Amino acid sequence: MHLPKHLSPGGKRALLFLLAAPLLSAAESAQMIVIVADTRKYHGLRAWWANLYNDNHLHFALMTIVLIPLAGVILGLLADRVMSHLGINLKSRKLREG
Amino acid sequence: MDWLYVLMPIVGIKVFWPGLVILGLGVGIIGGFFGMGGAWMVTPGLNILGFPMAFAIGTDIAHMSGKSLISTMRHAKFGNVDYKLGSVMVLGTVCGVEAGSRIVMWLERIGQVALYVRYGYLVLLTVIAWVVFADLRKRQQKENEAKAAGKELDALSTGLEWHKRLQKLKIPPIIYFPKSGLRCSVWLPVGIAVFTGVLAGFLGIGGGLICMPALIYLVGCPTHVAVGTDLFGVMISGLYGAATYSYKGRVDLLAVFIMLIGAAVGAQIGTVATKYVKGYAIRVYFGLAVVGCGISVLMKLVGAANAGLKPTLDIAATVLILGLVTALSLFIFVNFVRGVREERKSRKADLVHA
Repeated sequence: MHLPKHLSPGGKRALLFLLAAPLLSAAESAQMIVIVADTRKYHGLRAWWANLYNDNHLHFALMTIVLIPLAGVILGLLADRVMSHLGINLKSRKLREG
Repeated sequence: MDWLYVLMPIVGIKVFWPGLVILGLGVGIIGGFFGMGGAWMVTPGLNILGFPMAFAIGTDIAHMSGKSLISTMRHAKFGNVDYKLGSVMVLGTVCGVEAGSRIVMWLERIGQVALYVRYGYLVLLTVIAWVVFADLRKRQQKENEAKAAGKELDALSTGLEWHKRLQKLKIPPIIYFPKSGLRCSVWLPVGIAVFTGVLAGFLGIGGGLICMPALIYLVGCPTHVAVGTDLFGVMISGLYGAATYSYKGRVDLLAVFIMLIGAAVGAQIGTVATKYVKGYAIRVYFGLAVVGCGISVLMKLVGAANAGLKPTLDIAATVLILGLVTALSLFIFVNFVRGVREERKSRKADLVHA
C-alpha cells in the first residue's frame, strides 16, 4: 500500500492507525481459539473423521464417547480370553494390608 | 523409518506410534496396579511426543476412560469394586471435572495452561508423597509397638487413621457400603469426589492419583478395594472428560486407539499383579512413583524459568519419566510372573495331593 507523499510523518501515522482500527477491534474475538483440521492431507476414514471434526463438534464428541468404550470392551474381552489360559484363579483374592 | 510415524488427523502432526503403544502398555500396567488412569505420566508423555498441551490433556483423558474400563472389568471379577461407593462419588466427580476443564480452557486462552498445570501437579504430588510416607512410618511404629507388647498387628490395620475421625461426622443421610465395610455420611465421599474432580479436570487426569489416596486415607477403604473402586470412578469421569474435551475439539481419537492396544494388555497384567502383593507394598510403590513424577515436573519448571538449563533439564525430565514408567512396569510385571508361577505350582501340588 502506498501512502500519499504530501502527508507529514505524523499524518501518515494517524492514517495508518485509522486503517488498522477495524483489525484492532477484532482482536477480542480472535482470542477464542478455533482449531481446524487440515483435511487436504488425508484420504478415506481419516479424511471423514477430520471433516466430522471440522463440521460438527457435537457429532464428533458423540462418536468419540461411543467408540472409546466399544474399543475398551472389545480389547478387554480379548485380553481376558488370553488371561484365562494362564491357569490361575481370576475370581478371588485375599485382602491384606501388611 | 517413515513407517514408524503416523499422521494424527486432528492435531496434524506426525507421531512416533510405537511410543504411543509403549506409553499405553506402561500406563496400563501401572494404572491397573495402582488404580488410576496414569494421566500424570501420559500427559507429559504425549507432550514429549509432540502433542500441544491442551491436546495432550484431552487425548489422555479420553484414552484413560477406555483403559480404566478394561481394568475395572478385571478388578470386578476379583471383588475389588465397590459399585455403591463408586456411584455415589460419580456425580461429584463429574461436576468437579467440568469445572476443572473450564479452568483449563480459560488458561489456554490467556496462554498460561502449561505453566499452571505443571505448578498444580507439583503441589499435588508433594502433598500425596508426604501422606503416603507419613502413613508408612506410622504403621511401622504401630508394628514395632505391637511386637514389643508381644502381639501381632491386625492384617487390615493402617498407619494414619484420619478416616476414623471423618467417619464420626454424622451428617445425614448415613450410608453403609458393605463391600468396603464402611458406614459414613454420604457427604464425605461426595465432598471428596467434588474436590478430586476439580483437580482432575484442571490437571487433565481421571482423578485416580488423587482419589485413590483419598479413598484410603479419608474414606477408609482397604487398599485393594480402593484400587478397584477408583478405577470405576476414573472410567466414568474419564468418559465425561472425553465428551467435554472432544466437544471442545481437543481429542485425537487415532492416538487414543493406538494407546488402547498397549493398555489392554498392560491393564490385565497390572490388575492381576495386585493379587500377589500386600496393600502396603502398593502404597509404598505408589509413593515412590509420585516422588519421581514430582521431580520431573520440578525439572520442567526450573527449565522454563532458566533458558540456559532448559534443554538439559527437559531431556533429564523425559529420561526420568520414561525410566520411572519402565522401572515400575518391570517391577509389577516381575511380581505378576512370580505370582502366576507360584499359584500354578501350588494348584498343581493340590491336584497331585488330591
